[in-house]
Amino acid sequence: MKTVVFAEFEHEEALVNAIGQLRERDYHVLDAFTPYEVEGLGALLGASPFRVRAAMLVGGLGTAALCWFIEWYSAAIAFPFDSGARPHNSWPVFPLFPFEFGVLMAGVFGFAAMLWSTGLPRLNHPFFDTPLSGRASQDRFLLAVAAPPTTRARDALAGLLAATGAATIGEGEL
Amino acid sequence: MTIVADSTGFSNRGTARPDEDWRFTRVNSSEAVNVLVTGPLLDRERWRRWWIALVASALLTVVFFGAMFYLFVEGIGIFGNNSIVVWGFPIANYVWWIGIGNAGTLISSMLLLTHQRWRAAINRLAEAMTLIAVAIAGLMPIVHMGRPLYFYWLAPYPNTMGLWPQWRSALVWDFWAILSYLCFSIIFWYTGLIPDLATLRDRATTHAKRVAYGALALGWRNSARHRHIYQTYYRTMAALAVPLVCSVHSIVGLDFAASLMPGWQETIFPPYFVVGAMYSGFAMVAVLCVAVRWGLRLEALITMRHFDMMAKIMLMAGTVMLLSYATEWFSGWYSGRGADRRFLAFSFAGAYAPFYWTMIFCNCLAVQAFWFRAARRSLPAIIAISVLINIGMWLERILIVLNTLSHHYVVSMWRLFYPTLWDWLILAGSLGFFAFLYLLFVRFFPVVSMHEVRQLVHEETAG
Repeated sequence: MKTVVFAEFEHEEALVNAIGQLRERDYHVLDAFTPYEVEGLGALLGASPFRVRAAMLVGGLGTAALCWFIEWYSAAIAFPFDSGARPHNSWPVFPLFPFEFGVLMAGVFGFAAMLWSTGLPRLNHPFFDTPLSGRASQDRFLLAVAAPPTTRARDALAGLLAATGAATIGEGEL
Repeated sequence: MTIVADSTGFSNRGTARPDEDWRFTRVNSSEAVNVLVTGPLLDRERWRRWWIALVASALLTVVFFGAMFYLFVEGIGIFGNNSIVVWGFPIANYVWWIGIGNAGTLISSMLLLTHQRWRAAINRLAEAMTLIAVAIAGLMPIVHMGRPLYFYWLAPYPNTMGLWPQWRSALVWDFWAILSYLCFSIIFWYTGLIPDLATLRDRATTHAKRVAYGALALGWRNSARHRHIYQTYYRTMAALAVPLVCSVHSIVGLDFAASLMPGWQETIFPPYFVVGAMYSGFAMVAVLCVAVRWGLRLEALITMRHFDMMAKIMLMAGTVMLLSYATEWFSGWYSGRGADRRFLAFSFAGAYAPFYWTMIFCNCLAVQAFWFRAARRSLPAIIAISVLINIGMWLERILIVLNTLSHHYVVSMWRLFYPTLWDWLILAGSLGFFAFLYLLFVRFFPVVSMHEVRQLVHEETAG
């Protein structure tokens, strides 16, 4: 749990501008909270979707391979059924089931990885104690900066945030 | 041009005619979007007409499940199927409903990947349509078989009988296609909802709503870091959905194409089923858009330009359908085979000919009105033609079944199908059940993707 300074902006441009200025002055920007996707902002703050991509690839291909194995095993080994003298291992008809189920499981694995990467579900988070948090899902842009250790440094940070256009500044935990 | 916000959050933007715009130019702030979408959900006063519709649809839902109960007690003898025409209404209903279910994912994924921004106003309600339509479609094969306790035999699992599914059968492919598509659609729809559920949580007027929406939102905090991961997942799902949705209805087409009966040997079936699905689905989306727009007063978000665009897509799909029918007719005639030519003659002049001509009118001719801008911008015309398309597409589904099965190679196996009351009750009941579930969706979930529309409003107003 870190003590942070929250700054609320009315426009995304002001938020992005503030992040640039804070970084130039070596402040640690922890996160931003926005009512819609601001392209490139998540990557700028260091988020990586690698787990989601990897989980979807592994989950989808792994499931597809397992499905194919079940088809081969059941058709060629467990229950060889002669249908018009066709080969038991009728591989040209096998891809449909692995494809359909593989796509589904890629989605399931990806969803699980998304939750894992974001730490959700977490219904009770210190962020929600901040009075400013509610507007972030509606129409305001919120910035969370690691609070400096001294009061003087915090005042300097607040001054800088105000200069970059922050409408409201407050403290909280994240 | 100036942007002037009034108390409702709307604005008039200079000289543009209101029906010329996407809603993005008429709603000029995030808060205006929030008010429009969440307002009805959090207000208990506006729902009188909704209750009337819910009760009416609930009655039809009772009919649906009542008819199914009677079916499971009595067996499939209550349907019009006979020893020759072994497929009937439930199979046609199945193909029709799953076709309608395809458009939601197409709108959501294909239009997202091709950066068609106008989708944002209608994708949520189209996705909900998909979920419900596919779920109903999934019930229909069980209704057709009449023995719900055995449907799991389609799944591969070790059992004491030593039986495994027959992987060469299109019906087994169907089982997996529907199951996968339904589950995938639920995940895709729910993922898209999460940020909007957080908005509802933060605007909730009662503790119960805050808890309910908060739990459904999974504690979403609108973190930019989370959203980056979320958007990667959502877009990847969209990319996967396109081949999935095409494969699902292609597999439904293969139920018929991978056969030896006259009229069921068409290699064109898979792509033509996909286009037909998109066609009937868009027609249903158009009808739902009109209803939702009127019921929730969303004229500022779903404008005539959306209907114009949907009409153009229906026109394209209807023309492709005409081309597909013509290809089917030509290949039947050009094959020179007696059975195929007799099948063609039976389609155009046989016992079901009036329905066949009605189908051609509904699917190929009525939609040609959309060449005219006046028709594309007229809600009565949109509703009338969309309903005709849905009737035509249902006729296509039933006639694909009946024309072939009533007209075998052997004359002694020519026999007609006569639907019973129970056939009609299942069909009407499924429509009522669809309406019932859709009304529940409209009451409790945001019908427009707020977080995407907010982004578009910003882009429009900033630009």
